[in-house]
Amino acid sequence: MEELIAIRGARYARRRVFDWIAEVGRLALLLGDAARHTVPALRSFGLVIQQMSAIGVGSLGLVFVVSLFTGAVAAVQAAYQFSSMVPLKYLGAVIIRSVIIELGPVLTALVVGGRVGASIAAELGTMKVTEQIDALRAMAINPVRYLVVPRLIASIVMLPVVTIFANAIAIFGGFVVAVTAVGVSPHVYETGVKQFFFMKDLYSGLLKAMFFGAIIGTMGCHYGFATEGGAEGVGQATTRAVVGACVLVLISDYVLANVLFRFIFAE
Amino acid sequence: MIRIRGLAKRLGTKQVLDGLDLEIATGETVVVIGRSGTGKSVLLKHIVGLMEPDRGAIEIDGEDIVGMKESDLNRIRMRFGMLFQGSALFDSLTVGENVGLALREHLRLPAAEIRRRVAERLEWVGLQGVEDMKPASLSGGMRKRVGLARAIAMDPAFILYDEPTTGLDPIMADVIDQLIRDMQRRLQVTSVVVTHDLASAFKVGDRFAMLDQGRIIFQGTPEEMRSTAHPLARQFMEGTSAGPVRA
Repeated sequence: MEELIAIRGARYARRRVFDWIAEVGRLALLLGDAARHTVPALRSFGLVIQQMSAIGVGSLGLVFVVSLFTGAVAAVQAAYQFSSMVPLKYLGAVIIRSVIIELGPVLTALVVGGRVGASIAAELGTMKVTEQIDALRAMAINPVRYLVVPRLIASIVMLPVVTIFANAIAIFGGFVVAVTAVGVSPHVYETGVKQFFFMKDLYSGLLKAMFFGAIIGTMGCHYGFATEGGAEGVGQATTRAVVGACVLVLISDYVLANVLFRFIFAE
Repeated sequence: MIRIRGLAKRLGTKQVLDGLDLEIATGETVVVIGRSGTGKSVLLKHIVGLMEPDRGAIEIDGEDIVGMKESDLNRIRMRFGMLFQGSALFDSLTVGENVGLALREHLRLPAAEIRRRVAERLEWVGLQGVEDMKPASLSGGMRKRVGLARAIAMDPAFILYDEPTTGLDPIMADVIDQLIRDMQRRLQVTSVVVTHDLASAFKVGDRFAMLDQGRIIFQGTPEEMRSTAHPLARQFMEGTSAGPVRA
């Protein structure tokens, strides 16, 4: 009996490993296909603009709320942790560095990843199960060029743009709390922000945002295209895209932090 | 001319097509009939290169499309129009954009010419002034007609119809049948109609081909179909559960 369970377990593990390898293979093929079709896709620039609006402009409201409160919470937390050990003149400095390097890019990616990753996977998944992707291919229109590349480009370009917006709002949120609740004067907050603003922090944050954009677009398109079945399949694809995007954003954040601050922007 | 030889396709554990042979002459309309799940739609998808067979050959005017490069396949696909079972209209586009999509993507035509062609094709299928509507606001019959207008936008040499009358009331089904006949006259196209609606099949078909267990088990004119002694074709014609096939 135990031998049977061991054999079944081994088979299950082997199947999962093969499934995972196949999934990585499909993802690589999709990205390769997207790279080959990037130049042709740019000829239909209207599609890219349309997606930039949907992904970037469409996310601004949500990002505004999340960033405002992120900055506000950062100010409250920092003030609490400073207690009487660190002068409050450094409040602005802590907020700007934590927001620009980490909170802005990562929280924006998680929020946009949830919204945009789900939307791309659901839209492409529905197109797949209702034969719209087959219809495109039957019309000699490559679905990767027409659907995937514009979404990928828009995600890569718009994530940094939205991140800049998120950074500004978060710093403003921190300012409001610092001035009204913590008792820091506007001038002191501003001085701290200016003194500890470094361009390399901004560049590293935006570079991370570009990577996160690529991850979100890729996950949405990959799981959308892999959708099978009906409404249930679309639901599963949406969930996988969001979970995949969020997990990969956090993992790649760690990897990028090491690469950026140990090698590229090392002091 | 479409010539299919020894076409085989396995999906999962099921051998859907198993050495299928079929020839469709230029200008002819062949109706492929068969029970649900016998691989009729799979056959259509192979003809336009949406699926790759495990074995066999599909020749379109003498060119074998099996294993063809995507760019060459697209050249062949541009000679095809396909009406999908659920119409497969693009939800995010308007009716006019749906019908004009292939024109915009493949032909360097001025916008006014595309608009004119879109309006003309929509008029051919009996729809006028619907260019700005979204597919979601159309009835089932209208969606089929828009799908047909989209299929004929590029003046195809071949049109594939996947269950064109399924889900329509008898009057709308007859309208679609008339449109299929109109397209044959107007464009002299070669057509393959997949259906299990026999009334529709007899209205549009020049020849019948019955698919079962992955092969064509009967071929003949509508008259031969009516008088066939083939047990399964007979059972299908009579629409009875008593016969060689049991549920």
